[in-house]
Amino acid sequence: MVSARGLTKRFGSSEAVAGIDFSIRRGEVFGFLGPNGAGKTSTMRMIACMSPASEGTLRVRGLDPSRDGPTIRAGLGVVPQQDTLDMELTVLDNLLVYGRYFDLSRRVVRERAERLLDFAQLSERAGSRVDDLSGGMRRRLTIARALISSPELVILDEPTTGLDPQARHLVWERLYRLRQEGVTLIVTTHYMDEAEQLCDRLVVMDKGTIVGEGSPRELVDKHVSREVLEVRLGEGGHERLAGDVRGRVERVEVLADRVCCYGDNGDEMLALVHGLGYQPENTLVRRGSLEDVFLRLTGRSLVE
Amino acid sequence: MVLGLALPSPRRARHVLGRNLVIYRRAWPLLATGVLEPLFYLLSIGLGLGHLVGRVDFAGHELAYKQFVAPALLAAAAMNGAILDTTYNLYYKLKIAKTYEGVLATPLSTADVALGEIGWAVARGAAYSATFLGVMAALGLVPSPWGLCCVPAAALVAYAFAATGMAATSYMRSWQDLDIVALALVPMFLFSATFYPLTAYVGWLAVVVQCTPLYQGVLLARSLDIGTVGWSLALNAAYLVVMGLAAMVITGRRLERLLAA
Repeated sequence: MVSARGLTKRFGSSEAVAGIDFSIRRGEVFGFLGPNGAGKTSTMRMIACMSPASEGTLRVRGLDPSRDGPTIRAGLGVVPQQDTLDMELTVLDNLLVYGRYFDLSRRVVRERAERLLDFAQLSERAGSRVDDLSGGMRRRLTIARALISSPELVILDEPTTGLDPQARHLVWERLYRLRQEGVTLIVTTHYMDEAEQLCDRLVVMDKGTIVGEGSPRELVDKHVSREVLEVRLGEGGHERLAGDVRGRVERVEVLADRVCCYGDNGDEMLALVHGLGYQPENTLVRRGSLEDVFLRLTGRSLVE
Repeated sequence: MVLGLALPSPRRARHVLGRNLVIYRRAWPLLATGVLEPLFYLLSIGLGLGHLVGRVDFAGHELAYKQFVAPALLAAAAMNGAILDTTYNLYYKLKIAKTYEGVLATPLSTADVALGEIGWAVARGAAYSATFLGVMAALGLVPSPWGLCCVPAAALVAYAFAATGMAATSYMRSWQDLDIVALALVPMFLFSATFYPLTAYVGWLAVVVQCTPLYQGVLLARSLDIGTVGWSLALNAAYLVVMGLAAMVITGRRLERLLAA
């Protein structure tokens, strides 16, 4: 569906995307996971043919964005990071007018708009001004708008950033549904739970490069242990604890507010910490996650 | 490609007009202002002040003052409408509401957006001037059948100023910058032989006035309205065409930089 080789984006002297390779298959949900400034949005904009690549080759639906921009965009749905809804139009008119940009007939657009308002649970608000919608509603309207051309590929740039948990789950549920209908989805996120929930495969991006690639499970298996023990000590002492357990667990990382110990069995690691005489303020045993993958690959945590 | 720019597609660009039409269908009183503005000027200055002024000489014809001033107001209204559309309205869509960022994720390109918005300004300008020309005719101020050509002349004025307004707006960084537009526009409106003939100026000043874009529009509208038509008018028209085309090239480049970097 999408393939990139040596894809690069430069703004002046700074390199936002530094020669990345990836390929996205039809029907999958493909994620770009990384912190702000990793180059995710620049990559999305290049795939969406909204920004030319500085270097490298990119093919979207088999076509070259630099030559066939309008044709590619005709089969693409884009949900940008910031909702770019038309503030001068009502909810329904946003869909009707947007559909016309794709040169669809008024009849087709009206039919789809009604179906999509239903899909986005906004039928009651058809006549509302965009200003009067909540953040979650606007996001759903933006997603509905991206679907007006019945695209086979939808690009979502941080679809749930800024939404409350309930609104996020509703968005996720709608995205599952699209996936079931066979739509290919590309999602960027800096939330590891979102990446774990949604993505079949993903790449981990940092500073314009891809540092890891695979399914969420593969990435965790490859880079992180099965279980993780998080220890918070009351006053400092994190470095000393790390020194004491190092060599006796698979790996240990010291973060700003806690120590993470990696191993096959969290409870055994906890017993070890207690056995060394530490009285942690609190502890948590959990499974290894993409957050740990990111930490492992970049030495930094994902959300800073 | 022309001068490194992708050419717009009228087929796609018309949907930008369609969008604007949806908004103004719901806010049609706003549209009426475009006709009322020149009408108020015509009533106050043309008819009111005209009583005190008497007759004015233009191209060898002795004209009643209202006859002298009415076609100039038609041209000036086309300029003002086009500028309003492509400065304040456009700035809002470009910088505040980010309307075009959504639009550019569709098959539309920056060139289509530019053509669509300029096309909309021209369509509005033509509709206003046709209505105003009707009012002029009712007042007996369209003595020649050439007067009908005032509508395309006004559309041409709207085109040149819409393209220029759009190019200028692409450089604006804040609402305050837009005040510069008024600074250029108001003197042009007042001094482009709109309200009194060119002969009121001393030699060099008359040359300066003849170089302003609105002067071309005023001369075109006035000549067509009273039917003093000659080949020299083609030069005035060409001035506006070139001005519009040059501004469109600048606009195309700027939008590409602002929206599709």
